[in-house]
Amino acid sequence: MEEIAKHFLNNNRRHFLKKLSLGIGGLAAASMLDPFSALVEADDSPLAGMNLPHFAPKAKRVIYLFQSGGPSQLELFDYKPLLNKMRGQDLPDSVRKGQRLTGMTSGQATFPLVGSNFKFNQYGESRAWVSELMPYTAKIVDELCFVKSMHTEAINHDPAITFFQTGSQQAGRPSIGSWMSYGLGSLNDNLPTFTVLLSRGTGRPLSQPLYSRLWGNGFLSSLHQGVQFRSGKDPVLYLKDPEGMSRKERRKMLDHISELNAKQEEEFGDPEINSRIAQYEMAYRMQTSVPTTMNIDDEPEHIIQMYGANAAIPGTYAANCLLARRLVEQDVRFVQLYHMGWDQHENLPTQIEKQAKDIDQATAALITDLKQRGLLEDTLVVWGGEFGRTNYSQGTLTETNYGRDHHPKCFTMFMAGGGVKPGFTYGETDEFGYNIVKDPMHVHDLQATMMHLMGVDHTKFTHKHQGRRFRLTDVSGHVVHDILS
Amino acid sequence: MTSDKRYTKWYVWVLYFMIPFMMLLLYKYVKSGNTDSYTAVVADSQKSFSGNQKIPETIDYIFDVKPILSDRCYLCHGPDEGTREANLRLDTKEGAYAAIGEHLDKFAIVPGDTVASQLVFRINNTDIEKRMPPETSNLSLSDYEKKVLTKWVQQGAIWKDHWAFVPPIKKEIPKISNTNVISNEIDNFIVKSLEQHGLSPSEKASKEKLIRRAYFDLTGLPPSLEDIDSFLADTSDKAYEKIVDKLLESTTYGEHMASSWLDIARYSDTHGYQDDLERVMWPWRDWVISAFNRNIPYDTFVRWQLAGDLLPNATLEQVLATGFNRNHKITQEGGVIDEEYRVEYVLDRANTVSKSMLGLTMECAQCHDHKYDPISQKEYYSFYGFFNKVNEKGRIEYDEIPEPNIKISPNEIEGVLSFINMPDTIKEVKLMVMKDDAPERKTFILNRGAYDAHGDEVTVGTPSAVLEFDDGFEKNRLGLANWLFDEKNTLTSRVAVNRLWQQIFGMGIVASSSDFGNQGALPTHPELLDWLAITFREEGWDMKKMIKRMVMSYTYQQTTKTSNAALEIDPDNKWLGRSSRHKLTAEMIRDNALKISGLLVDKLGGPSVKPYQPAGLWAETTSGQGLTKYFMDSGENLYRRSLYTFWKRTVPPPAMMTFDAATRDYCTVQRQKTSTPLQALVMLNDPQLIEAANVLAIKVLNDENLSDEDRVKRIFRMITSRNPDVTEIDNLLKFLLETEQGYTENKTDTTELSLLKSSATAKKVYAYSVLTSLVFNLDEAIVKG
Repeated sequence: MEEIAKHFLNNNRRHFLKKLSLGIGGLAAASMLDPFSALVEADDSPLAGMNLPHFAPKAKRVIYLFQSGGPSQLELFDYKPLLNKMRGQDLPDSVRKGQRLTGMTSGQATFPLVGSNFKFNQYGESRAWVSELMPYTAKIVDELCFVKSMHTEAINHDPAITFFQTGSQQAGRPSIGSWMSYGLGSLNDNLPTFTVLLSRGTGRPLSQPLYSRLWGNGFLSSLHQGVQFRSGKDPVLYLKDPEGMSRKERRKMLDHISELNAKQEEEFGDPEINSRIAQYEMAYRMQTSVPTTMNIDDEPEHIIQMYGANAAIPGTYAANCLLARRLVEQDVRFVQLYHMGWDQHENLPTQIEKQAKDIDQATAALITDLKQRGLLEDTLVVWGGEFGRTNYSQGTLTETNYGRDHHPKCFTMFMAGGGVKPGFTYGETDEFGYNIVKDPMHVHDLQATMMHLMGVDHTKFTHKHQGRRFRLTDVSGHVVHDILS
Repeated sequence: MTSDKRYTKWYVWVLYFMIPFMMLLLYKYVKSGNTDSYTAVVADSQKSFSGNQKIPETIDYIFDVKPILSDRCYLCHGPDEGTREANLRLDTKEGAYAAIGEHLDKFAIVPGDTVASQLVFRINNTDIEKRMPPETSNLSLSDYEKKVLTKWVQQGAIWKDHWAFVPPIKKEIPKISNTNVISNEIDNFIVKSLEQHGLSPSEKASKEKLIRRAYFDLTGLPPSLEDIDSFLADTSDKAYEKIVDKLLESTTYGEHMASSWLDIARYSDTHGYQDDLERVMWPWRDWVISAFNRNIPYDTFVRWQLAGDLLPNATLEQVLATGFNRNHKITQEGGVIDEEYRVEYVLDRANTVSKSMLGLTMECAQCHDHKYDPISQKEYYSFYGFFNKVNEKGRIEYDEIPEPNIKISPNEIEGVLSFINMPDTIKEVKLMVMKDDAPERKTFILNRGAYDAHGDEVTVGTPSAVLEFDDGFEKNRLGLANWLFDEKNTLTSRVAVNRLWQQIFGMGIVASSSDFGNQGALPTHPELLDWLAITFREEGWDMKKMIKRMVMSYTYQQTTKTSNAALEIDPDNKWLGRSSRHKLTAEMIRDNALKISGLLVDKLGGPSVKPYQPAGLWAETTSGQGLTKYFMDSGENLYRRSLYTFWKRTVPPPAMMTFDAATRDYCTVQRQKTSTPLQALVMLNDPQLIEAANVLAIKVLNDENLSDEDRVKRIFRMITSRNPDVTEIDNLLKFLLETEQGYTENKTDTTELSLLKSSATAKKVYAYSVLTSLVFNLDEAIVKG
């Protein structure tokens, strides 16, 4: 193995030049500007040569309104009158075609079809079907691009939601927001690139949990992890100074830390120390910028009313929608919301009514508000859950009550802004609302399309980890050009 | 300070600010400009970089050629038969030299003949249709890489086998004339390669730095002032060795070593999926600590964990050790398909063992033949077969303790499991272990890795490229363990010593410590790696002895100071001509503060504990089942070492995660090392660190014989292990004074919140607490030494 040693003899110089050519000075500058920026990693970065963004982006920012639990497309957007006509009749085998079922209904003797208890109507110039559960959304359908033909591979929550967020059903890959932070970097100097907001629905308040790995950085640097913004005194973990400390004192302390650290840097010449000084400065800025962004006192009453009365109650979906707008106003790249409570196996009609009420007005307000501020143009809004729900009832079907199990074969999502066709519907399901009959869109297709809108070719944006090039869309996914404006 | 020196400093500062400023302007320009200008900058820097590369005089297959072939060609011309194009494979000698083409009249590689070699023709082709790799692959070759491949063919295309699959050879130890820089054999190898690179070893670190480094590396904790003073006072030749011996005998050694083993074993106190219910595996963790402290040889340590239950007359301890392979996640989510998850667990075991013991990314062969390494999908499932005989469920019920398991009560603990620290309040625990209690279960290849897509049936086996699993090995996990430690296995010992090296030196001799395959890093010191690997085996896999050798080496004891010249030649310190400034790990950050302030509770093992955690984190994501709320412990459980902190996989301890702890979702051999603003926030505001600062401040204040300067010095020294210089003392005294002066009466009186009482004024306590927190936040405070 002597050749191994020889080989390395030749390689040092080259390595050093590489570092220089990317500019140690440049690194320092970039990290002083914003430690969340991808450029911090520029030296040795596998990103070098990837030429991101690959083309001019349509969307600079994303707000992803994740509806956790699996909203029923049949109660909200996918109108299937046949199911009302055939109410109580068994799902024909010719429709099911051997589709695997979850353990919750696979033991059921019959699969009684059930239509929506809620009325549907067509709205706007686009004549989109929306149920009476979503009156505010109905008013803005001409801004929306519906995808009726989403489908996924997973049939249970944990793998399904992990699949949507990371492109893989098993934990370990980076979240889509982390990929975007890594590939595209930050647009601002004082807030994290990838932020996360959680809210609990009133439909079924205790149903499905969330997992912090959903916004985890996987094998990417933890610079790209989603940073949770929480309601309450400490909106980002450990943001708040200790009791009794003034900002002036904190500033003074940081100045002393910087002076003493700089002295160490002089002695040891470790560039890590400069990076650390920059991190502390960013932390200091966040201590001001985060609470300022979270504080909605400067919002006029009519804006709060627009999002709904809940917008004034921290931690609600409505409040988070308003916060999402404030974050993208500050040029935060990726805002990920999660709203829990859509997992309605039983008592669906009463639960979904409450759940829809949580989100309808605020979602519509968010899109309207972004538009009136000129932000919708380059902000992509995505709404949807991890799978749909079955066209047959789980449990006993009565006159007024029914439930629905998980259904991965078709469900509805919608998008708005940032380069998608407004007033458009893509894809179609059969009259049973069970199978897709036109233009299917796989989870990886959605991810590929979202990346495309952000100026990224999903097949070219990879990260080499343990010898393999990983990408968000794994080995599949196609950009759905038909929905692009 | 002379005026000369001041001048230099001024000059440096101008550069220091100007260069970043100019880059900042450029960056702003690039950011505001269109995408093309951005692209241009990146592309340009790449071009100039590759233009500077010098083609080696003699091209070496392993080090120059194979990394290119593997990374750019194997995807279609590699081990995976399923996606192989043009019937050409470049990963084997036979394949690379074989006749190809419709009429078998062409050759990819004709040694010495660049004209006849299709490979040369294709990679250099200007016709985009003919050029390799094809446009659609998103892979390409740089000019440098094309020249390397071409020159290799020209020089005769000499083939060599992958280094990691060739048995290690114990070469003669290099002779070094300067014996001052040689403490043991490690140094001979290191100094030789330093000389070859035009570098030389650095001087030894100061004794303060050295003792600090050794304490953290061997126990994960800082030295006390008494430890430092007695080391400084001991002028004998053996002073350092005495410290090392003492630390290796300390039980804190086992706790520290266990931390990284828990990452490998993906140890957790919860099941990990969806509702993430609690599980009891901490007795297994106690065993790991004890095993390290008893210095159980590595082969035994691994053999028990892989197959303790299959040993003849297996003891309860040996069975307990097999809990290693039950630490994977388990789901209770309603409605999941049982077999889908049972298969997932078996996959996890196979992947964990191959990654940690063999340094192979075998999981890549789960859906198809491995794209880069000689591991077929069939071999993968043969390996998987070892772990597929457990009679277990895919989905468990709430409150179910998964089978197979063992029961441990005080009876067993008094007898053979005395290392388990079971509180009196617990009558018995049941924990998962391995058992081949489904011997009839057959193993099939799973097409595309899908749990229900059975292909051909396979029998248990291993990748033959590593070592044949011949009839001499029992066809079970015990056979697998024996195969791992067979003298002819080329990987096990290399992977093991490399991981120990990574732990002590921060970076492995093979930087990719979990990938020794074709896509992995090449060893920087191959002869040293082999020497260590064979020595490890010859010495009976003695971990303490090997670690002692590493920390006793001169190489380990060097200073972190370096010259610009050395930094230019070796920016990443690959050649170890100095020590690197390693940061403390997530565990060490907190343990350090607890230890220095005297809060740390020195107790070994036991159930996991729940220290401070921001309120509401568990509650806001729960479904209402399982661990719905974090009930913080009280009393001494608040101050245990961080390795005992309760690990909930779906909401792991946030401060530890911020400092790059592993998620424990799967096997992790190497943690990330990052520096982020969120880390700064933890250091500044984590209540645990604030409390430690407060307690330390009061302790120092309560010593009434000390002056302010004495106190500042003591605090600084306790946290950094060294005395501050005049500038530092002045800086801190000034801060102390100003903080004290700025203190107003209407501030919240934090003395009431303090654990300790002080006779000093609230003002003093506050100022000293903030000062101590400042020192905890210095870069030096989170660097080992």
